Amino acid sequence: MSLRAPVSSRGRTWFEALAENALPINTGLGSLLVADPTWEGERVRLLVIVPDPQNHFPRARHGELGLEEGWALAHHVRDAIAADSSSPKRAIVAIVDVQSQAYGRLEALLGIHLSLAAAADAYATARTAGHPVVALIVGTALSGGLLAHGDQGHRLLALGAPGVIVHAMRKASAARITRRTVEELDELGKTVIPMAYDIRQFAKLGLLHELIAGIDADAPSAAQIAKVKERIAAAITDIRSNPGDLTSRLDNAEAKVTRAASIEVRRRLAEQWNAP
Amino acid sequence: METLNFEYKATQRLTRRSHVGVVGSGDLEVLIEPSNQSTSHVRVRTSVDGYAQIWKAVLDRFFARFEPAAHVEINDFGATPGTVTLRLEQAAEGVRS
Amino acid sequence: MTSTIHSDNPITKERRDRFLSRQSVIEMRARERARALLDPGSFREVLNPFDRLEFPWLPLQGIVPESDDGVVVARGQFAGKPAVIMAIEGAFQGGGMGEVSATKIAAALALARRDWESSRPILPVLLLETGGVRLQEANLGEAVVAEIHAEIIALRRHTPVIGVITGMIGCFGGMSIAAGLCSYLVVLPQARLELNGPEVIEQEAGIDELNAGDKHLIWSLMGGEQRYETGFVDALVEDDVKALRQAVQALAERGVRSRHRSEMVEEYRRRLATIDPAAPPDGPALRRMWPREVKS
Repeated sequence: MSLRAPVSSRGRTWFEALAENALPINTGLGSLLVADPTWEGERVRLLVIVPDPQNHFPRARHGELGLEEGWALAHHVRDAIAADSSSPKRAIVAIVDVQSQAYGRLEALLGIHLSLAAAADAYATARTAGHPVVALIVGTALSGGLLAHGDQGHRLLALGAPGVIVHAMRKASAARITRRTVEELDELGKTVIPMAYDIRQFAKLGLLHELIAGIDADAPSAAQIAKVKERIAAAITDIRSNPGDLTSRLDNAEAKVTRAASIEVRRRLAEQWNAP
Repeated sequence: METLNFEYKATQRLTRRSHVGVVGSGDLEVLIEPSNQSTSHVRVRTSVDGYAQIWKAVLDRFFARFEPAAHVEINDFGATPGTVTLRLEQAAEGVRS
Repeated sequence: MTSTIHSDNPITKERRDRFLSRQSVIEMRARERARALLDPGSFREVLNPFDRLEFPWLPLQGIVPESDDGVVVARGQFAGKPAVIMAIEGAFQGGGMGEVSATKIAAALALARRDWESSRPILPVLLLETGGVRLQEANLGEAVVAEIHAEIIALRRHTPVIGVITGMIGCFGGMSIAAGLCSYLVVLPQARLELNGPEVIEQEAGIDELNAGDKHLIWSLMGGEQRYETGFVDALVEDDVKALRQAVQALAERGVRSRHRSEMVEEYRRRLATIDPAAPPDGPALRRMWPREVKS
């Protein structure tokens, strides 16, 4: 354990705020925080990835989801599943502020793809086992990070605040690969909604259950923390009566517009599935 | 991207449809479908702008030899005229055989 | 003196015949691959190029779409039993997953699961030739890839979900996670399987971390043979349709896997604990430390 003060991050801020009096579990990793607060009688397992300059793997020291993080997320989610196998299934909340997946030679060699698959697998298993699984995006949700830590939940929630970003690639890299300037990418995001970095554009895709407005993501007041907690709790209640799966994200007003193609493909594929 | 449209005389009735190619770099896909209309319609979507005349020349030559009553769609990603002709012939082969 | 050096020794003749009769999968397009894998005459494409799907995002950006959006879904028979092949076309946008192409896969997996739930067996096979999510559809591509993950996890309880990676594009990004979720994986030596493309690693971590031009290094980290020798995939075959079919069949016959690789959390945490990042192994060294069989 490091004796230095932990690096601040939105993920850590929101974890500490939402964990309340619950003591963090010893995960063995400075980059993964897990705690089990009880909110008005509702047991919740919180998980978050945070920067750890002392991290074992050098390429995962700035809040990236690396090899150890993926497997550890899988471990702690499965732990909750096993612990609750004969009792009420606690909610699982992924607080998402992940810079990206870790990029490195060792990561490639040692199978980071499988590490992230394990995390996604664990969250999906929790979901289908009856645990309400909610993701709360408070900062960056880049690429593999979100796929592994959050996307397999029942519901995605996000703070409607500056710096809350969902995307497949960092802007600078995306600009280079698509041979555009960063400014051009920003402009493109206004009409090509799935390419936008702004969370409010992302919300138009119908993927978010809720965009929580009026929150200072970096330094929330007690009232704002209470509001976010209440919105998560409301999502958990909603899930318990109406779980659905990932296709539930197609079933809202926004998706009917921006994801008309997804809906149409599914409909027509089903029509043609059996030979005439 | 440029979208070009061409019309040709529709003579030969077709019974089959045909699809060839991929929209890869330097390549194209061609879809030929039977049509009941009095003229054949060709729609070209191409990633390279400014070559309408070349497209017309290639398509004119193709339709002069073979006058299908067809709806033709071409999605092109920078193929040479030679490759376009090749794909058109392959597609034509597909509706004939 | 003339002599024709032309050995009809049975061993060399057999090798020569095999070489001549080999049919490269790498050289085939997605549609051909799907057709070649299925029993002759049984190929039926679902949502074919003539079905006139709408492509909402590419033309908006001046990018020419492909009629099938780069994925071929084909039903048919495999070794006499119902199967569905989902083949990604690597030549179109680097096999990048967009809204439509990824939905074709997610929906096909969902329908396969619905079949199983109605006692109609069907074998799903994914031909993974993809750079990951199509950047021009970023967040939607990502969202639907998440749906693919969910579907694989649900479907593999009923039937093996078999992934095939041949190259030369390989399997990267969010679809490498999909590969990690599959019941079984077959690869060619030419294949690569990894979350991050070499160019992206070089760009994000610097050329000293990884030189994307160093092919030998790349394949020693993420190539088909390396992945096979270190237990990340289940079969390694040569670039030949017949060999591939045999490998897929053998894996299908193993049946539903009781523990998938992505569920072997403690085993992999233990494996990872043997690694010292300060003295990292290279590809060959890892083969000695992490053998093919992952011990429980």
